[in-house]
Amino acid sequence: MRFTYLMFLLYFFLFLNCKSKKHHLSKISVSQISIDNSLEPNADVENFIKPYRDYINTELDSILTYSANTYSKTDGFLNTAIGNYMADVVYDQANPIFKTWSGHEIDMVLLNHGGIRAIVPQGPISARHAYELMPFENTIVIVALKGSQVNNLTTYLAKNKIAHPISKLQLILNANFNIIEAKIKGRTVNPKKTYYVATSDYLLNGGDNMTFFKAHDTVYETRYKIRNALIDNFKKVDTINPEIDLRLIQIKD
Amino acid sequence: MKRRDFLQKTSAAATFTAMGTGSLQALSSSLKPTKITILHTNDVHSHIDSFKENHYRNPNRGGIARRASLIESIRQDNPNTLLLDAGDIFQGTPYFNFYGGELEFKLMSILKYDAATIGNHDFDNGIEGLFAQLPHAKFQFISANYDFTNTIMDSHCKPYKVFKKGGIKIGVFGLGIKLKGLVNKSMYKETKYLDPIEMSQEMTKILKTDHNCDLIVCLSHLGYHYHNTPNKVSDLKLAKTTKDIDLIIGGHTHTFLEKPTLIKNINNEDVLVNQVGCYGLNLGKIDFYFDRKKNKSANGISIPL
Repeated sequence: MRFTYLMFLLYFFLFLNCKSKKHHLSKISVSQISIDNSLEPNADVENFIKPYRDYINTELDSILTYSANTYSKTDGFLNTAIGNYMADVVYDQANPIFKTWSGHEIDMVLLNHGGIRAIVPQGPISARHAYELMPFENTIVIVALKGSQVNNLTTYLAKNKIAHPISKLQLILNANFNIIEAKIKGRTVNPKKTYYVATSDYLLNGGDNMTFFKAHDTVYETRYKIRNALIDNFKKVDTINPEIDLRLIQIKD
Repeated sequence: MKRRDFLQKTSAAATFTAMGTGSLQALSSSLKPTKITILHTNDVHSHIDSFKENHYRNPNRGGIARRASLIESIRQDNPNTLLLDAGDIFQGTPYFNFYGGELEFKLMSILKYDAATIGNHDFDNGIEGLFAQLPHAKFQFISANYDFTNTIMDSHCKPYKVFKKGGIKIGVFGLGIKLKGLVNKSMYKETKYLDPIEMSQEMTKILKTDHNCDLIVCLSHLGYHYHNTPNKVSDLKLAKTTKDIDLIIGGHTHTFLEKPTLIKNINNEDVLVNQVGCYGLNLGKIDFYFDRKKNKSANGISIPL
């Protein structure tokens, strides 16, 4: 008898609750769980990944060339062997394509020091090294710049005092980092001439404050990834053996 | 409080007498608070494998197969769980370079992600690259402030989604970062960026008034906070200048927080802002407890941080 009454009471409350349909937030508890080796990997997920991983590893780890030394972007003041290598590769790989398209030649190359993301170690080199060196999807673009704009580019390099990779441009600075000489393919920069500067789409869009690219005439988008240019070069050469040279130097006296 | 104690005791007694019918069981469970678990990741950046044991910064951390085990055990504990990602799923390992995001989406579908918002790096293969991988994603993309009308993503991304778990309605809306200056226009094409704060106000109105949501979550890729440009819209700014958002799950700035940040919104109500770093190193877990008291809890919400 008492229970029947209780049941009615309970149903009554239930009815009330359903009718009001109001949920009230009473408590929140928060936590953050570290994903580490205390957790057992899910075998199904692991098996699903395996064929994808195996294919990548075969592709990335086959030896394409050899590096004579270990090259790092911290070796060298105004130019580095690894930076020289990357800028020269961009020239060698992109120039034939550009020439076929436009009838012009690339006059010079400019990349950025920050874009060198790893070292090239001595010994066997595979595509994996290209992914480490250049993990981003940036592509090579060729920008038509007036000689006067090229002067802004060289001033930037002189003021920046950073070994931004260049190719086919030679820049000699004095003790105060003023430009003594700026030559493209051995000739003094002519303010009225149009130069075809190969760079990355990142820098074209103002990356690393390279604002001088804004005043460009024409842009040729190669859609050729810098990383792929590196891999194609690895496949082409027996040995990587770049050097610190005289392309960007300072004469102290 | 007394009435509640009485009810809990009596309902326990009632089930004990073995008179327990379906309705009685339902009754007893309706008196217990309903727990909603929100799990979240952000900026995983194609980190499918765990970091190697000799990695300089994150040795032995991360890995989606481990995350899968963890999520599975949490779901077993509480089926009323939502799994969300705050964007930048793409870019960071050769998995993305080789497969363009296919594996990321397939694995997130296996893990039963419920929704994700779009990060700037998710445009890294262009809007076409994102669109091409959509068939591999069994979860919903949400963004309230990216207007995709004149792009191929049109109708493939919703501003919000409402989930119903354990009788609780959870409204989740997405927000993305300004793409201009961050992503090449040739990548995002005609995607229009709308004001995140204005869109939040619209979203909370829809979710609260039209959908009667009990819980409102914002899945944001705006970034936690910008020290050098404090006026730039961020999760903290969003939390302060809006109302009716209970939780902001953030991304973009790869911010590691010891615990979520508690912010007072424009109505002086609590908003939780959380972000769990990047690369799948952590899983965020936030449990919301709801009860069916007739009067709004006099003591307010208890949030032990």
